[in-house]
Amino acid sequence: MKLFFWQPWLIPVLPLAGALINGLLGKRFPKSLVAFIALFFTGASFLFACVHAYTLVAAGRDYGVVILEKSYGTWIRAGSFSVDFGVYLDHLSLVMMLVVTGVGFLIHVYSVAYMEHEGGYYRFFAYLNIFMFFMLTLVLANNYLLMFVGWEGVGLASYLLIGFFFLKDSAANAGKKAFITNRVGDFGFLIALFLLIQHFGTLRYATVFDIVSHFSAETTAGVLTAIGLLMLVGACGKSAQIPLFVWLPDAMEGPTPVSALIHAATMVTAGVYMVCRSNAIFSRAPMALLAVAIIGTLTSFFAATIGITQTDIKRVLAYSTVSQLGYMFMAAGVAAYSASVFHLMTHAFFKALLFLGAGSVIHGIGGEQDMRKMGGLRKYMPWTFWTMLIATLAISGIPPFAGFFSKDEILWQAFSSPHGSKIFWVFGVITAFMTSFYMFRLIFLTFTGEYRGPQPDAHAAHGGHDDHHGAPHESPWLMLAPLVLLGVLSVIGGWVGIGNRFENFLAPVIQKVGAVQEAAPDAEQIAAQIAVQNGEAAPAPINEGEGGPGENKNLETLLMGVSVLVAFSGLGLAWFLYVKRPELPSKIAESILGIYTLVLNKYWIDELYSAAIIGPLVWFSRVVLWQTIDQKVIDGSVNESAVAARDVSQIIRQQQSGLVRSYAGWIAAGAAAVVAYMVWMGTR
Amino acid sequence: MHQFLFLLFGAICAGGAINLLIQRKTINSALSLIVVMGSLALIYLLLGAEFVAVIQVIIYAGAIMVLYIFVIMLLNAGEEEHSKGSNVAKIFGIPGLFAGGIIGIWVLLQHRPADRLIAIGALYGPADKVGMMLFTKYLLAFEVTSILVLIAIMGAVVLARRSNS
Amino acid sequence: MIPISWYLLLSAFLFACGVTGFLTKRNIITLFMSIELMLNGVNLSFIAFATRLGTLDGHIFVFFVMVVAAAEAAVGLAIIISVYRTRETLNVDRVNLLKL
Repeated sequence: MKLFFWQPWLIPVLPLAGALINGLLGKRFPKSLVAFIALFFTGASFLFACVHAYTLVAAGRDYGVVILEKSYGTWIRAGSFSVDFGVYLDHLSLVMMLVVTGVGFLIHVYSVAYMEHEGGYYRFFAYLNIFMFFMLTLVLANNYLLMFVGWEGVGLASYLLIGFFFLKDSAANAGKKAFITNRVGDFGFLIALFLLIQHFGTLRYATVFDIVSHFSAETTAGVLTAIGLLMLVGACGKSAQIPLFVWLPDAMEGPTPVSALIHAATMVTAGVYMVCRSNAIFSRAPMALLAVAIIGTLTSFFAATIGITQTDIKRVLAYSTVSQLGYMFMAAGVAAYSASVFHLMTHAFFKALLFLGAGSVIHGIGGEQDMRKMGGLRKYMPWTFWTMLIATLAISGIPPFAGFFSKDEILWQAFSSPHGSKIFWVFGVITAFMTSFYMFRLIFLTFTGEYRGPQPDAHAAHGGHDDHHGAPHESPWLMLAPLVLLGVLSVIGGWVGIGNRFENFLAPVIQKVGAVQEAAPDAEQIAAQIAVQNGEAAPAPINEGEGGPGENKNLETLLMGVSVLVAFSGLGLAWFLYVKRPELPSKIAESILGIYTLVLNKYWIDELYSAAIIGPLVWFSRVVLWQTIDQKVIDGSVNESAVAARDVSQIIRQQQSGLVRSYAGWIAAGAAAVVAYMVWMGTR
Repeated sequence: MHQFLFLLFGAICAGGAINLLIQRKTINSALSLIVVMGSLALIYLLLGAEFVAVIQVIIYAGAIMVLYIFVIMLLNAGEEEHSKGSNVAKIFGIPGLFAGGIIGIWVLLQHRPADRLIAIGALYGPADKVGMMLFTKYLLAFEVTSILVLIAIMGAVVLARRSNS
Repeated sequence: MIPISWYLLLSAFLFACGVTGFLTKRNIITLFMSIELMLNGVNLSFIAFATRLGTLDGHIFVFFVMVVAAAEAAVGLAIIISVYRTRETLNVDRVNLLKL
C-alpha cells in the first residue's frame, strides 16, 4: 500500500525542535530570529499536518483504509504488557491535529506582535512550542499512556504559561492552582488506566476498542462504568468542568495568546477528545455517559450564570469557555460524539478569535481589562470590532455562522438521542440564551457608546505597553491578520456540517453498540466501516431508534427555530440593557442584590474549596504530619534512642568504679557462676 | 597412722590459712603462708609426690615467699588499716560460714564406698618419671612456659625500673 | 586409708580462705598472698586426683602452675613497687585513678 507521504512523527517533533532551539539558545537571539524560529517550526508542523490529512483521505479513497497507525519502537515492556511510541491517525485525530496546528500557528503569528514589549520573549515562544509538541502527542498517540504523557505535558505547559509573569504573585498562584487542580483530575485518569491494564492487559487503542466491542452495554456498575467515571474525573480536571473548573478563570493571569491557545482552543478540549476517543467504552456504560451529560449540562448552565455578571473582559470569556465546554460534554454524554467534536472545532475558531480580539482591545487601550472602563472603541479599532462581532454572532448560534450549526446539532441530539432527555435540551436552550446575552453585553459594553476610559491627553493608565500614546488605537497588522483569518473560519467553519457531512466523516471513529457482536476479526469490522466510508447512498445517522425520518425533520426544524429565536432574544435583551437604557443594569442588580452578589462572587466556590478542602489539608499537613509525626515520632524516636543509649551507658559505667576490690568481687562472682553451671551440667 | 598424719598436717595447713586472714601485720601473713606451704609439701609427701613436694619447698616457699618478704620489707608495709567491716560480709558471710561448715562436716562423715581410699605413698612420683613425661607428652607446654618466664623477667625489670625523669 | 574427699575438702577450704582474703583484705601484698593461697589449694586438688587416677599428669600440671605462679609473682610485685612509687600507698582503695 503506497501512501502519499507518511512521516507522522514530524508533526509533533518539529515544534519540539523549535522549543529546544528557542529555549536553549534563544536568550542570545534577537527577537525577530526567535519569532522566525517559532513560526517556522509551527508552520512546518501545520504544513505536514495538512499533508498527512491528505494522505489519510487519499488512503481512504484508494484502499478503503480509515486508520493509519505506525509504531516507532517499544517504550515499556513488562511481561505481557507493552507500550509503544506510536502514532494513530484516524478521522478524529485528523480533525484535532488540523485544529491544533492551524489555530496554533495563527496564534503564534499574533503573539509575535502582542508579546513584542514583554520580557522573556524567547521563553514565551519556547513554552508555546513545547505546548504544541505535547498537545500533538496527546492527539496523535496510539495508546492511552502516550496520551497521558501529552496530557501531563500540556498541564505543565499551561502552568508555565499561566505563570509566565512569574514575578506577580497572582500569576504564580494561578499557575499553581491550575496545575494542582489538573493533578486531582489526573489521579482519576490514572486509576482508569490501571483498570484498563488490569482488565484488558494493554493500553493500545486498537486492542482495547477491539476487546470492548465484544461487550454489551452494561446495565449495572461494572468495569466499563468505573473506567468511564474515572476518565470523566480526569476530563473534568483538564476541561474545567464541575467541580474542577476553578482554575480556568484564574488562568486569565497569563498573557492573552496563552488564554486563546490553551484555554480556549486546544488544551481544554483534551478532555472532550479523550471522551470521544473512548466512545467505545462510554457507549457501553450508560451510567458513566449519563454522568458526563449531567456534568456537562450543569457546568454550562452554571458558568453562563456567572458570566453574566463579570466585568473583566477575559473573565467573561473564561466562563464562556467553561460553558461551551459544558456543551461539548453534554453532547458527548448523549452519545453524539461527532456533534461534540464539531462544536469543538467551531468553538476553537470563534473562541480563539474572541480571545485574540480581547487581547487586541487590551493592547489598544494600554492594558485595561475592565469593561466598565471601555466603550465606544468601535471607531478606534474597526477591524477588531468587526471580527469580534463575527465571533460573537458565531458563539450565540445565529445562522449562517459556524456556531449555529454545531450548537444546534448538540441541542437536537440532546433532545432526540436515546441517551438524551428533554431536560438537557431545556437547560441547553436557557444556557444558549444566557450565552447570547452576555456575549453581546460584552460587545456593547466594549465597542458602543462613549469611551469611559481615562482621557487621552492626561497621563494614561500604564498597562505594560510603553508605546501607549494615550488614545486607543488599532493593533498592528500582524495581530489583525490572524483575527481576519479566524473570522473567515468562524463564518464558513460550520458549513462542513451541513447535511450530516461531518457526522459521516467521523462515523468510522464511533463504534456502534448493538447486540453482542460475534468474535469478528479486525479485518471484518474495518471492512464494515469502510463500506460506510465509501459512501453508500444515505448512511444512517448514528442515533438509533428514531421514528420516521420525515416527522423528525419537522421536529428538528422546529427546534432549530427555537434556538435561533432564543439567540436573537438574547441579543435583543443585551441591546436593550446596554445600549438603549444603560442605566437599567445597575438598578436591576440592586433590586436582586443578594442573588447578584452571589453570582458576582462565583457562588463563593473558591472560598468554599479553600475552607472545606484546602484548609483542612494544610492543617493536617502542619499539625499532624509535621509537628506530630515528623517532629515527635520520627525525630523523637531517633533522639529518644540516643537518650536511652546515653542513660543505659550512664548506669553501666557505674561498674567501672576504679576500685580494684569491686573488680575482684565481680571476677569472683563470675567464676562462681561458671563453676555452678559446670557442676549443673555435670550432674545432668 | 596415715589419718593421724594427715589430720595433723591438715590442721596446721588450715590454721595457717586462717591465720593469714586474721593477722593485721602483713609480715605475719607472709610467714603464716610459709607455714601453709610447708605443711602442704608434707601432705604431698604423704601422697607420694616427692618431686612436687620438693619443688614446692624450693620454689614456692623458698623463692616466691622470700620475694614477697623482700618486697614487704622494702616497702615497709606495716599494719593493715582497720576497716569498718562490711555489712554485706556480715549478712552473707556468717551464714555462709555456717553453711560451709555443715557441708564440710557432712562430707567428712560420709563413707562412700565408691571413694577409693588412698594409701600413703600409693603412687610413687619420682623425679625421673615426671621428667620423662615433661619432655615427651608436655613438651610444647614446657617450652612455652620457658618463654613465659623470660617475658616475666623482662616485664619485672622494666616495671621496677625507676622512671627516667 | 584416707578417702579422697578429705583431701578435696582441705583443698576447698584453702581455696575458700584465699577467696575471702582476696575480697576482704586491703593491703595489696596481702591480696597477692591470698591469690597464692588459692593456687596452693588447687595444687593439692590436682595431686589428690592424680593419685586417685593413677597417672602423673597431675604432677605435671602442678609443676606448670608453680612456674606460672612464680612468673606472676615476679611481675605482680614489680607492679606493686611501681604503684607504691607513684601513689605512696599500699591501700588498694586509694589506687582508683580510673574512677569516673
